[in-house]
Amino acid sequence: MSGSSNLVAMKKVVQQLRFEASINRVKVSQAAADLQQFCMQNAMQDPLLTGVSSSTNPFRPQKVCSFL
Amino acid sequence: MGEMEELRKEAESLKDQITAARKTVQDTTLQEAAAGITAVGRVQLKTRKTLRGHLAKIYAMHWGADSTLCVSASQDGKLIVWDSITTNKVNAIPLKSSWVMTCAYAPSGNLVACGGLDNMCSIYNLKGKDGNVKVMRELAAHTGYLSCCRFLSDTEIITSSGDCTCVLWDIETGTEKTIFAGHLGDCMSLAVSPDFKFFISGACDFTAKLWDIREAQCRQTFSGHESDINAIGFFPNGNAVITGSDDATCKLYDLRADQELNTYQDSSIMCGVTSLAPSVSGRLLLAGYDDFNVNIWDTLKSERVGVLAGHDNRVSCIGVSSDGMACCTGSWDSFLKIWN
Repeated sequence: MSGSSNLVAMKKVVQQLRFEASINRVKVSQAAADLQQFCMQNAMQDPLLTGVSSSTNPFRPQKVCSFL
Repeated sequence: MGEMEELRKEAESLKDQITAARKTVQDTTLQEAAAGITAVGRVQLKTRKTLRGHLAKIYAMHWGADSTLCVSASQDGKLIVWDSITTNKVNAIPLKSSWVMTCAYAPSGNLVACGGLDNMCSIYNLKGKDGNVKVMRELAAHTGYLSCCRFLSDTEIITSSGDCTCVLWDIETGTEKTIFAGHLGDCMSLAVSPDFKFFISGACDFTAKLWDIREAQCRQTFSGHESDINAIGFFPNGNAVITGSDDATCKLYDLRADQELNTYQDSSIMCGVTSLAPSVSGRLLLAGYDDFNVNIWDTLKSERVGVLAGHDNRVSCIGVSSDGMACCTGSWDSFLKIWN
């Protein structure tokens, strides 16, 4: 019966919403601080952010042949 | 009739509870919190390599874990594994179905996968004994197109589908281990968390969902987009999710605060986001758009800090290598470009 399967589906929706409503939430100030800290700590290891010099860039055409 | 009405009321009440709970922890905004940090400055990346060889639109690409090899899928019916440094084609794999929409590289480097309008995920062994690349498994059970796939290991892969579900597969037996149902629209994209415990999915119901892989449970649902979510990725520390949508915006959702922290948009951008990838520190967000460009955003300050213009058609896929050294874009113009 489509009526009872709608009921089953709706019960699942409510169950899921109960679960999602119950989680613990951290303050945005804390979450924002943690995101910032991660960015800062890893900034120097981010070549797209800091730029890559041609001598250390594996994608830059080599002027000298090198042994692999 | 009465019970249905009561359930509907309870659902509405719970949604209001969630909205209120999110507001309670909203003691600031990310932009306010980031006001004091130094701006990134203009980011100018150059095309270092162009990978030529596909004969039709490229729909997907994925970097291998070694930051050198990558795989691309095109509707010319081929999967190509490239050495991005030499631009050589390491493998050119002919597909049974040319209607491919996604591809993935296993972390081990042993396998690649692809799928599309055939509703299946095909797994290929790159390291077979006689050197020939063959289909190892065909994972068939989805009743809609395969939009995305990502390996957890050589024995497990997660797929997302136009049938509104995501599935965790056992590759060896070719069977479904877990079905993740809950989205009300086609699932378009998925990403696995850095610790491999969770994955996120973006769908045509305008929401993103966080799933606990082993508990088989949807933990959180994020709304706010006004159209289909086409692209999704984890912020590199695993604590936030970035989405890209047909509504021309990208959004950052924090998992622990359970809410949207930033929207990346500009009034001059009116076309959909097709793909996205954060840089390894998370500070930069590279997003591909329907207008043939890639926009680079400062994730903390929500400012556009660069543009990659070089493709002659839609940018359909983008990926940053795991060592962060380069970004690869794939386009409907049939080329892949490596930038840094």
